[in-house]
Amino acid sequence: MKKEMIKSKELSASVRSGNFEEVVQGYTEEAALKEASRCIQCKNPACISGCPVGIDIKKFIYQLGQKDYKSAYFTIREKNDFPSICGRVCPAEYQCRKACVFTKKDSPFASEQAINIHFLERFIGDYGMKNNLEIPVKKDAGLSKHKVAVVGSGPAGLACAGELARAGIKVMIFESLHKTGGVLRYGIPPFRMPRDILDFEINYLKNLGVEFIPNFIVGRVKTLQDLFSDGYSCIFLGLGAGVPSFLGIEGENLCNVYSANEFLTRVNLMSAYKFPEFHTPVNIGKSVIVIGGGNTAMDAARAALRLQKISGITPDTKILYRRTEVEMPARRLEIEHAKEEGIDFNFLIQPTGFKGDQDGFVKKIACLKCELGEPDSSGRRRPVPIKGSDFEIECDLAIIAIGLKANQILTSVTPEIKTDKYSDVIVDPGTMETSIKGVFAGGDIVGGEGTVIEAMGMAKKAARAIIEHLSKN
Amino acid sequence: MKILKKEILADHEGTRLVRMELHSPLIAKKASAGQFVVLMADEKGERIPLTIVEADREKGSIAIIFQEVGHTTKLLGKMEAGKSLYSLTGPLGHATEIRKFGKVILVGGGVGIAEIYPVARALKASGNRVVTILGARTKALLILEKELKETSDEIYITTDDGSYGLKGFTTSVLEGLLSKGNYDLVYSVGPIPMMKNSSSVTRRFNVRTLVSLNALMVDATGMCGCCRVAVGGKVKFSCVDGPEFDAHQVDWEELDKRNRVYTDKEKHICKLNNLK
Repeated sequence: MKKEMIKSKELSASVRSGNFEEVVQGYTEEAALKEASRCIQCKNPACISGCPVGIDIKKFIYQLGQKDYKSAYFTIREKNDFPSICGRVCPAEYQCRKACVFTKKDSPFASEQAINIHFLERFIGDYGMKNNLEIPVKKDAGLSKHKVAVVGSGPAGLACAGELARAGIKVMIFESLHKTGGVLRYGIPPFRMPRDILDFEINYLKNLGVEFIPNFIVGRVKTLQDLFSDGYSCIFLGLGAGVPSFLGIEGENLCNVYSANEFLTRVNLMSAYKFPEFHTPVNIGKSVIVIGGGNTAMDAARAALRLQKISGITPDTKILYRRTEVEMPARRLEIEHAKEEGIDFNFLIQPTGFKGDQDGFVKKIACLKCELGEPDSSGRRRPVPIKGSDFEIECDLAIIAIGLKANQILTSVTPEIKTDKYSDVIVDPGTMETSIKGVFAGGDIVGGEGTVIEAMGMAKKAARAIIEHLSKN
Repeated sequence: MKILKKEILADHEGTRLVRMELHSPLIAKKASAGQFVVLMADEKGERIPLTIVEADREKGSIAIIFQEVGHTTKLLGKMEAGKSLYSLTGPLGHATEIRKFGKVILVGGGVGIAEIYPVARALKASGNRVVTILGARTKALLILEKELKETSDEIYITTDDGSYGLKGFTTSVLEGLLSKGNYDLVYSVGPIPMMKNSSSVTRRFNVRTLVSLNALMVDATGMCGCCRVAVGGKVKFSCVDGPEFDAHQVDWEELDKRNRVYTDKEKHICKLNNLK
C-alpha cells in the first residue's frame, strides 16, 4: 500500500489572510522523515532530470531519510546555492515533481502523490541555515586576481555571484534599486518569501566576500566599457524581465488600474502595507479585479485581499483569466492557497475595457466570455471570445498581471549587445556569452520570463564559462 | 548621498522652496540637462523623482530644488547639511536634445523654473537665442531670477498678484511673443494647467513644444508603469520614454487625474507626522 502524502504545516486561511506572515510553515523533522520515506529511490531517478540545476534529489532524500541532514544539505548545495529560496518558490509540480515516478503519465503537472521534493529541499535548506552549515570553499589562487561585475541582484545575479566567489573570484554586484534581491524582493510577497530568509541567503554571499552596490544603474552611471576599464575581467548581466505588459484596452490609464509590478513593488519593496509607518502609499478597493493566471496574478490577488482585510474592507478580490484553471501557469499550491483565502476565480473571461468616474478612477470593467479553441504556439488551447457575450463587473481597483518583458535600460544604450525581437539578449547557449566578448547573461533577460531556478541554472552555466574563460587568462 | 549644502530659496506664507547640493560624483559625471534622480529621504521613505538642476563634476555634486508640497518633500526640507539621504539613483530619463535650434522660448512656472534652468544653460551654450518667461504666484516665491537672467537673451517675469514684473500668467507673454516673431522651439515646465495652457497657445502658432512631465514614479526605471501617460494616443512611461514629451500630444486631463491618485493618503500622512 502506498504511504500517505505528508502535507506541510500552514497558517490557517482565516488567520493568514489578515497579515503578511509566511503561509507555508514547512515540515517538522518528523514530517520530513515520513515524506522522505515515501521515496522509493528509483534505479533511474527521473526527478533529477526535471530539476533545472540537476540537484541529486535521490541522494539528498536518502541522506535526509538517514537523518544525515548535513550531508543532504551539502548534496543540494553542490548544485543549488539557495535551497531555502527555491524550496519556497520553485514550481516543483512542473519540474522535479512532474518527473517523479508517482506522477501519472500525461498529467499537465505533478500528481498529488508525487514526492514533495520542494518541501524536503526547504526543510534541509532551513536546517543548514539554522545550523550555519558552511560550504567548503575551493578557492583557486590563480583566479583571485580577477574581479567580475554582476549586473542585477535577482536570482540570476545572486547565483552567478555565489558560484564565482566560491572559486575565489572577486565579485561586485550592481543593483539599480535601493535593496538587493531583485524580483525576490520587489515581486514575491513576504507571505511566500519571508524577508529574513532572503536576507540570510544574501548575507551568505556577503560572507563569501561578494560586495553589493545598490542605487547603481549600469548603462547610466557606467557603461559596460567603463566597467571593463575599471578592471573587471568579465561581466554577467542578470537584468531580468522587469517591464510590465498592459492589455492595450480602453481606460487602462484610469486611476487605480495598476500593473502587478507596481502594486507588488509598492507592497513588497516599499512596504506600503505598513503605510503610514512606511511612507509609500498603495490604494485598495472594495471590488478588486486581478487579470492573469500566473504566479504574479496569485501574489497580487492575495496581497490585495490582505490589504482589504487590514483596511477593514469585506474581502472581495476576483481573478479573471482567459482560459480555464488547468491552463493557469501559476503554481498549483498558490492557486489552492488563493482559493482557501477567498479569492474568487473567474475563468474564460477576457477584459475589453475599463470605465471610470469623473475623477478618473476605475469603476467597472467590461468583459467578454470566451470558449477554448485550438491550441496555440504555447500548446495551450486558445481562448476565443464569444460574440455578444458582453458583460460588466464592478471594479474600483484593477491589477494587470499578464506578463513581463525585457528590461531595456542597459541594452538600449549598448547596441553592441545583440537582442532578439522580444528585446531579450541573445547568448551562446553553451556558454551564455553575449555578442560582446567577456559579457555573459542569464535569467529572464535571456529567453523571457521563467522561474527562479531556471534563472539560477543559466547563471551557473555562465559562471562556469566565466571561470573557464578566466582560467585561460 | 550626503547633503553638502542646503539653502532656502523662498519662504512665503508656509510655502518653501529649497535647494540642496548632494554628494554624488558618479551621477554628477554623467548627468545631462533634462535628466532626473530618484531619492529616498530615509529608510521608510518613498521614492520620488527630482530634476538634476546643476551637476558640478569637479566637486562631485548635484543640485536639486524642490517645493515642500507633499510628505516626502516636507521631510526632505527638514534635513540639514551633513545628513545623508537613504538612497539616490540616477541619472534617469532621456537628456534634452541640445543643438542649435535658433530662437527658443523657455517657460518656467513655480518650482518648474528650476527645471528649465539646466536646459536654458545648455541651449544658450549651443548658440541659441534664449528667451525666458518666468511665472510665480508672488514675488517672494520667484526663484533663480539672477541665474536665468545671465543665461537668457531676453527675460520676462510674471506674478499672479502683480507684486513683481507683469501681473498675470506666463501664457499671455508667450502669446505676445509668438504673435510678434518666429520661434523654433518652446520648452515649458510648471504646474499642469500652465503646461497645458502654454501648449494650446503654441499649437495655434504651430511651434514645436516640449514639456517635462512630473508624473508619479516608483522605481523610475520602467518597471512599474506608475508614470504612464497617454502621448499621441499611445501609452508612454515618463521615466524611460520621457520625462520630456511633445506638449501637443499629451493627454493633460489624464495626467492631472493620475497625479491625484494618492491625495487622501498624502493628507493623512502629513497630518499624522505633523508636517504642514
